[in-house]
Amino acid sequence: MAGTTVLGRVTWRSARVVGLHDETATARTLAFTVHDWPGHVAGQHIDLRLTAADGYSAVRSYSIASAPRSDGRIEITVERLPNGEVSPYLTQEIMVSDELELRGPVGGWFVWRNNQTEPIQLVAGGSGIVPLMAMIRSRASVGSTAPFRLLYSVREPAAVFYRNELRALSNHDHSMIVTYAYTRVAPEGWPRPPGRIDAKLIASETWSPKLRATTYICGPTSFVESATELLIACGQDRARIKTERFGATGGLK
Amino acid sequence: MAIISRGFTGRRSATDAKLPPGQYLTTDFPVLSAGPTPHISLDRWEFTIDDGSNILQRWDWKSFRELPTENITVDLHCVTRWSKLGTSWEGVSLDVLLADTKTDLPYAMFRSYGDYTTNFPLKDVTKKQAWIAFKYDGADLEPEHGGPARLLVPHLYLWKSAKWIKGMTLMPHDKPGFWESLGYHIYGDPWQEQRYSDE
Repeated sequence: MAGTTVLGRVTWRSARVVGLHDETATARTLAFTVHDWPGHVAGQHIDLRLTAADGYSAVRSYSIASAPRSDGRIEITVERLPNGEVSPYLTQEIMVSDELELRGPVGGWFVWRNNQTEPIQLVAGGSGIVPLMAMIRSRASVGSTAPFRLLYSVREPAAVFYRNELRALSNHDHSMIVTYAYTRVAPEGWPRPPGRIDAKLIASETWSPKLRATTYICGPTSFVESATELLIACGQDRARIKTERFGATGGLK
Repeated sequence: MAIISRGFTGRRSATDAKLPPGQYLTTDFPVLSAGPTPHISLDRWEFTIDDGSNILQRWDWKSFRELPTENITVDLHCVTRWSKLGTSWEGVSLDVLLADTKTDLPYAMFRSYGDYTTNFPLKDVTKKQAWIAFKYDGADLEPEHGGPARLLVPHLYLWKSAKWIKGMTLMPHDKPGFWESLGYHIYGDPWQEQRYSDE
């Protein structure tokens, strides 16, 4: 364990909750100000530590949802898992001005740096949108003109995170394209019946392989596996695909 | 001094004592990979040992599967904090694979299909500490878990147990592999909680 005198990425820092808002019925965004936050790159995650009164502690990793800022404020979005140990606390119990500890940022692979100018294809499954949203926000905050395209697979309209912000960002910017793919319930009149992503959707709603886009895919393992296979079958170069998978590891029995 | 989280009680498990610090138990088998899953056919699979300039040993699938195997039951600890206890594998010990290789080179870089790499002191992959595993729970290893064959080094964090293994390069000096050059620890002992590079 790192000593408190060494200030690095692995030092635990105190963080104060400065904002909470619900994204959906089961997901909440938490904003923190972090003491001496060293800054992050879109796509990175943090470790967050909760400690009970008797000293017992639990640590979980969460992707950062917000763009890098200079004032030490970061946001995460947490989906409540039915049998979770930590996510029910973060989505239901915690209040503004509460303090906890976090460290990071962590991860140097699944990241978008704002000097990248090539086309970017983002593919999100459910709450896998979170690190991809950090990339979209980072692009907007630095005024990047890199062509971005998001394919967001989600159970139903009510499960969409960041809908209004995604609409605002894509309405004012023709090189920021957002496509929703609903798996269970689609809005009335939606052109595509609900269902998993398939070859036809990938062919029509992602960048052509000719554009040599870098692709970031994030979601549950089965989603990432199938999205990756579909993109490769469609002609995408496997060397330009970066993935981040999360298994059903939070709902521990 | 830790900050107490108001209203947080947590959930303690009776088996926590068997786990390295900061880990929790899972019963499923999550998948973590940096990119697409490679699908490698057995007729083009090979495993080679080289010293950076010459190939010292080479097996194709047939000659690899003629080597003596062991059944291994081990605990797995992933740096993303899940641990899975008592997993069953069948594989070939690195002691068998290195039996005819005489070397003074003290480090090794393991290489995978899909260009993943991970580094070790050679003493960490000999003396019954590492295997090339090709069966999990009695069945052929699925591609998403590293099939046809993966490295298994259970005393270190699971990113060290490279999937889709295709070879090892002996080295005079240690150098970081894929995750080790992206912020993760050069060695990765879960009991010392060596997760990140400046830990």
